[in-house]
Amino acid sequence: MRSILPVLTVVAALLALWYAAVVPMNIKAALTDAERAGMTVQPEGAAARRDLSAIQLVLDNPSVISATFQQARPRLPAPHQVVVELWNTTAGQKVTSKRSLIYHGWVTLSATLLGFAIGTIAGGLLAVGIVHNRAMDMSVMPWAIASQTIPILAIAPMIIVVLNSIGVQGLLPKAIISAYLSFFPVVVGMVKGLRSPEAGQLDLLKTYHASAGQSLWKLRLPASLPYLFASLKVAIAAALVGAIIGELPTGAVSGLGARLLAGSYYGQTVQIWAALFGAAIAAAGLVGLVGWIERLVLTRMGMAK
Amino acid sequence: MILVLGALAFWVLAWLVNVAIANSGWAETRIGRLAVPILFGLTLLVVWEGLVRGLNVPGVILPAPTDIATRMASSTGILWQDFHQTFLRGALRGYAIGCAAAVLTAIAVDRIDFLRRGLLPVGSFLAALPIVGTAPILVMWFGFDWQSKAAVVVVMVFFPVLVNTVAGLQAADLAQRDLMRTYGAGYWPTLIKLRLPAAMPFLFNGLKIATTLALIGAIVAEFFGSPTMGMGFRISTSVGQLALDMVWAEIAVAAVAGSLFYGVVALIERQVTFWHPSQRG
Repeated sequence: MRSILPVLTVVAALLALWYAAVVPMNIKAALTDAERAGMTVQPEGAAARRDLSAIQLVLDNPSVISATFQQARPRLPAPHQVVVELWNTTAGQKVTSKRSLIYHGWVTLSATLLGFAIGTIAGGLLAVGIVHNRAMDMSVMPWAIASQTIPILAIAPMIIVVLNSIGVQGLLPKAIISAYLSFFPVVVGMVKGLRSPEAGQLDLLKTYHASAGQSLWKLRLPASLPYLFASLKVAIAAALVGAIIGELPTGAVSGLGARLLAGSYYGQTVQIWAALFGAAIAAAGLVGLVGWIERLVLTRMGMAK
Repeated sequence: MILVLGALAFWVLAWLVNVAIANSGWAETRIGRLAVPILFGLTLLVVWEGLVRGLNVPGVILPAPTDIATRMASSTGILWQDFHQTFLRGALRGYAIGCAAAVLTAIAVDRIDFLRRGLLPVGSFLAALPIVGTAPILVMWFGFDWQSKAAVVVVMVFFPVLVNTVAGLQAADLAQRDLMRTYGAGYWPTLIKLRLPAAMPFLFNGLKIATTLALIGAIVAEFFGSPTMGMGFRISTSVGQLALDMVWAEIAVAAVAGSLFYGVVALIERQVTFWHPSQRG
């Protein structure tokens, strides 16, 4: 609780910095517009202004500063422009409309969640196998760890196009990329968690004559939950990035990634920023949701800190 | 069909060998620890090759490993050029700038407790966001060449390194700081002789995470516009031409570059934090 004031201060400072940066970033375009509208600006002519520094131009033309916050296609949109765009594309549109950010967000989110589910289940199963089979542990685990150092995201365009060419379209290709990205964190975290019971606890189960299955259900799985949730938070954020990147290569028409790409093609900067903040809100929401479930489960199990 | 059966037979055979090694005394030796994963990796390649050749999978869906190797051997010039553009120019410079900026910011933030308490939650929140989405904006600002790729990398590596360094600067415990105070050491000697060394395990944790992010950032930024070279450019255009052997060749280069980059940072960590329990024994 005592960090609320500092956090708010930092956020306010970032916003102030953003507003301050908007003026020099947009000043050249704003001056060109003002000149076309018949105002006199210093110096005249876009060619004369090209080599001057942005700060110099701002100081020479203080009357144009307010216009830098209202550009239609600014180099850097002001925060309130992004908020207005976010509001217009969420609350201002029907949810089914192609202009609604909620519609695009849901397209990305459904792929993320499907991929996350596939990746988590597959990762959990592999982790159980690794813990119970020594040969599997020795052969698979080094590769699972090494694969985390590889830029897996580079494979995304290929997966999309190849699956497209054999007739798999829509949700599934993106979900596969998400699954792939969330798979390895889950494997590594789960293996760590399944191994976390102490030797004494495992020995105790052995004296009870418990089978491997019983010690898995009654000791290893419950003990692994804190580790599992820690990796799930990493995995779901990675899954969202995977789904967004998965929308880039085919020039998808819907989804947050498609909004980013379309915005970058047509210079619609406000749309890019709105999509970016939409993605950020989605990521924060997903991580927050996993964190909430974590607290709920761990409290119920008496493991919460 | 023979090839498919051969591949499957090789799989079974290699698996039996691995099981035998894992359950024998070899498992504890260095050779055994190395042989098992290598044999497993080899098995994957052989099964891949056998299935692709045996089932006549077209090259536009999945090229065989030998095809990819041939492509790599025949286009080393292009691969080196792309590697130079994306890794040496974009990723490495961005990594250096981003990490240096993050460490300096962390030291500055650490002096003021108010700022630290405010920046840490915001920083860890930002580190979890899909920052790679800023790529189209930064490409628009810094142009198509390596500068925009380096900028994306800077933004991507900044927050993980910042959060880890700030946490690390808190790692030296109270008794140690008190000891420095009894020696009459001021802020700077304490920082350089006690707190920075104590922060190194945390800092290197951030630096290792950042190696992967750097390569991802540089490659993905090229999807949004680049000069006619670079690993991301080659991947997206080769996918468009259905030249999948080239795509796999680039991915192989990226994988090797990524693990080497990580390995080098891990090696430096070993030299710097030799005193830490995780590096001993």
